[in-house]
Amino acid sequence: MRRWVGRVIVLPKPSVNDPQGLAVLDGLSSLGFSGIERVRVGRSVEVYLSSEDEQEAARELDEMCRRLLANTLIESYTFEVCEEPDE
Amino acid sequence: MKIGVVTFPGSNGDTDCVHALESVPGCEPQLIWHKSTDLGGSDALILPGGFAHGDYLRAGAIARFSPVMREVERFAREGRPVLGICNGFQVLTEAGLLPGALLRNQHILFRCAWVHVRVTSSRSPWLSAVPEGTVLRIAVAHGQGNYFADEDTLRELRERAQIALRYCDPDGRITPDSNHNGSVLNIAGVTNREGNVLGMMPHPERSSDPLLGSEDGRAVFASLASTMVRA
Repeated sequence: MRRWVGRVIVLPKPSVNDPQGLAVLDGLSSLGFSGIERVRVGRSVEVYLSSEDEQEAARELDEMCRRLLANTLIESYTFEVCEEPDE
Repeated sequence: MKIGVVTFPGSNGDTDCVHALESVPGCEPQLIWHKSTDLGGSDALILPGGFAHGDYLRAGAIARFSPVMREVERFAREGRPVLGICNGFQVLTEAGLLPGALLRNQHILFRCAWVHVRVTSSRSPWLSAVPEGTVLRIAVAHGQGNYFADEDTLRELRERAQIALRYCDPDGRITPDSNHNGSVLNIAGVTNREGNVLGMMPHPERSSDPLLGSEDGRAVFASLASTMVRA
């Protein structure tokens, strides 16, 4: 078995109101940053797993995202899979 | 009639529910720990408010996997009465037993206040004794009660009279000012298609005693009691 890390990013869908993003945008504007069009706040999750190959790891990660890590009604997700070197 | 109130780690409305139910004739409340898979012969179930499992990941996302939830799902799909209050509403949406999702409140304000809601559908056993159009004065306390559903779902909710409660002014008018958390269509509570599962953000159990400032919430538990007696 090879070891992998899945780096998952979950963000609110563009069509969904994102009060956290709006609040951060306000904060950045009051710090004097100008020209900010939009801010979205989501979360980042790292999943360390073992599997035979990259496809299998990606398939599992996709299922994890759909079933728990993201609520696909209101959030979208992306992830990348990287091989972890043996310790 | 036995009413099971589920306690998750982080629930804080469970004993309030028990207290409110004790004052309703015919109701025998019992607490059910989230690890249990035995509903103790309950005739109805309540998922109370609080911060189950610390609201980690998303409110309700982890609670959905508590052992008791498989039984709650089975119970709900049998058409038996289930009520989710506040965090319990979030758990029911995450479990797919109710449509939509609850986002962070508009302006990310935690709202702890008395609000008014209008009963817009009495289909659910939890509101069966409350005539449509009734205005209830009831407590809210939440940071993520901003109800969201896509256009298709909203159309379906309207067509099937699944929108049970909407935020309103004291006279029952559905106004933008009375929408304290940004919910789409001022929605404060919805039912599933069959009507047996109700989720609501306001707290009827904290509004069931004149000492607390309102007893309008008692109508929810009294409705259930009268429905069960008739059945």
